[in-house]
Amino acid sequence: MHISFTKEEREFQQEARRFFAEKFPEDIKRKQDSGAVLSKEDYVRWQKIMYAKGWAAINWPTEYGGTGWTPIQMYIFSNEIARANAPDMLPFGVKMVAPIIYTFGSEEQKARFLPDILESNVWWCQGYSEPGSGSDLASLKMRADRDGDSYILNGTKTWTTLAHMADWIFCLVRTSTDVARRQEGISFVLVDMQTPGVTVRPIITIEGEREVNEVHFEDVRIPVNNLVGEEGKGWTYGKVLLQHERTNIAGVARSQNSLKRLKEKAAQTIHGGPALADDQNFARKIAAVEIDLKALEYTQLRTLAAVAVGKAPGPESSILKICGSEIQQELDALFMEAAGYFALPYVPDQYVIDFPEDERIGHGGETNTSLRYFNNRKASIYGGSNEIQKNIIAKHVLGL
Amino acid sequence: MDFSLTEEQTMLADSVSRFIANDYNFERRMKIAESDENFSAEIWQTFAELGWTAVPFCEEDGGLGGGPVELMLMMEQFGRGLVVEPYLANIILAGGVLQRAGSDEQKTNWLSGIIEGSLQAALAFSEPQARFEIADIATTATADGDHFTLSGQKAFVLNGGSAELVIIPARTAGAQNDTGGITLFAVPADSEGLSRKSYKTVDAHAAAEITLSNVRVPATSVIGDVDAGHAILEAVIDEATLAVCAEAIGIMRTMHDKTVEYSKSRVQFGVPIGSFQALQHRMVDTLIACEQSHSLLLWTALLTSEGKPDARQAISALKYQVGTAGRLVAEEAVQIHGGMGVTWELDIAHYFKRLSAIGILFGNADFHLDRYVNLSAI
Repeated sequence: MHISFTKEEREFQQEARRFFAEKFPEDIKRKQDSGAVLSKEDYVRWQKIMYAKGWAAINWPTEYGGTGWTPIQMYIFSNEIARANAPDMLPFGVKMVAPIIYTFGSEEQKARFLPDILESNVWWCQGYSEPGSGSDLASLKMRADRDGDSYILNGTKTWTTLAHMADWIFCLVRTSTDVARRQEGISFVLVDMQTPGVTVRPIITIEGEREVNEVHFEDVRIPVNNLVGEEGKGWTYGKVLLQHERTNIAGVARSQNSLKRLKEKAAQTIHGGPALADDQNFARKIAAVEIDLKALEYTQLRTLAAVAVGKAPGPESSILKICGSEIQQELDALFMEAAGYFALPYVPDQYVIDFPEDERIGHGGETNTSLRYFNNRKASIYGGSNEIQKNIIAKHVLGL
Repeated sequence: MDFSLTEEQTMLADSVSRFIANDYNFERRMKIAESDENFSAEIWQTFAELGWTAVPFCEEDGGLGGGPVELMLMMEQFGRGLVVEPYLANIILAGGVLQRAGSDEQKTNWLSGIIEGSLQAALAFSEPQARFEIADIATTATADGDHFTLSGQKAFVLNGGSAELVIIPARTAGAQNDTGGITLFAVPADSEGLSRKSYKTVDAHAAAEITLSNVRVPATSVIGDVDAGHAILEAVIDEATLAVCAEAIGIMRTMHDKTVEYSKSRVQFGVPIGSFQALQHRMVDTLIACEQSHSLLLWTALLTSEGKPDARQAISALKYQVGTAGRLVAEEAVQIHGGMGVTWELDIAHYFKRLSAIGILFGNADFHLDRYVNLSAI
């Protein structure tokens, strides 16, 4: 047993560290560091910089323009991008739909969609949940009825992150009800958001921002060649998609960066007041989450070590999402706690715009801490709620 | 990055595991635990014959040169088997002090006996007032020519009743809580003025309260240097803490596994109770507690074996984790076993008691969380 990197791995780590230090734009970094949210323009600008470096698609095979990295390289990259507090690529295109297209899609679909995802020219959103189908996703009702060379789509998708900015949506839809298992009637289709009959309605989330939407489909006609893979196999493809996220789902490196900033914040004295770090109660809370995070880092490394030698990840991998989201949420709560009264001013502009420090209310990003805290209660709800994760673990790991 | 074991390490873990399976089943363990003896002398001889009593000692002292990873592997298995033999007290604590600081003569006199399995020893690491502070030592040692005279009380001396040799930390200088001024003495248990009250502990191990009234020992009894005992004590207690955490994780996994199995076979309302979601989620929580604890154990064992400076802090992180996660796993296991979980007859109860004892041993979760915080500040 040992915990050091090889010489090549250390060199790669240095290269990544240099890249983020030199190329991550200063104004976007300021927004990130103050806990503000980024605009579409911020994302596109940064993603194109990563594309120019050849690092837009770290999880793709090289034949489609990916990096072809080893799991350890991906791990190092994830650590370094989080260390720089630079945002990851938005997941919907590069992490979610692309692997399904290059694994199950036609040659025509690969040629048509993958390059624009890589270059951040086309934005994607994810159409899975429906108003009546949340945790019980397989009960989804949105229909795709075959009509000659077209499918006619009718139904509603919800919680659709960034749908108001997206050019395309990938959807799980029902192509058949005449099946033994309801999962078998589900297909995976791609829809241009400009198609007549698609309407997007905002859902304002708890912190007051528009992040998610409801997307309505009324007699939306799409060509049958927008079906990915085989009809009725959409559920299987969707599960493959989840595996692509496995090694980075815990957000360990992000949380480590948050923790570091939280400790810096707690060590600050403001207007000669006492530093929060000297409060033993707060110090204990920081210590407890730091220990939990260290455990999760090694749980992730154990998964990674198994994958690196070609083994299937063991039961430890299934707990990453649960523990990772709980730790993020604990950190969010501690940031808010550290802000004291300054968690309370509701200054939405400071949440979306790069404000100069001396014009802000509160110090640094204090007013953003509460908005982050409220917003990120989603982390234990989305992607299969933590209770659903526990059901999955009970069934597949414990055999109950 | 590599979590795989060497061939020798795998063989060691397998050999302990085989012993537990073939020669140390629950029935035999309970027979030993309920006997008047503190442990089985026959089994201790087997440990020596298998070389286990030599594992953590360096080769020039007659040991096998094992490190924290080897100890971790053995202790996990001892946890699974609920082994009551005094490996911790005799080998890791008393042997650990002699190995680190003993003179050649002391090693010949005492350590070789420990390794051969012919000598029982103990380390008196606590006093009645000290709670978990190892520097809190009121026992005094007064120089008297080429002798020292020791007086004071030692609490909860593991293996203290069976030990022929007791290592006594005593104050030769400084105030009661100073880290400086502590000296370690090798004191034969039959010394005049040494009296002891032996007892069994709730987890079927054995300990003693030891009183020293003007016990006179020669200056050659000093282990290491006068006034410099604290660093040795701390290093040994740290290693022992890592060891009991490994033992605890062996217990936690066993309790979790047994509980899942039980929930599949116990039928109520016409179905196995494991089909109830209220219980499933609790068992997932205990799985998470086991996995996260195991991860921290690996981190700590690696840092310790590579001699990294933050190893001490890691040990406190691990002890905090084992204290909190261990309690969760144990209490859920008892709960899910229902009434059977609180019977003497079922092994679950005895795993619970050992895990609870480990939760206290060398400092509970609160103590180690604070130690972690204080070490961060340095």
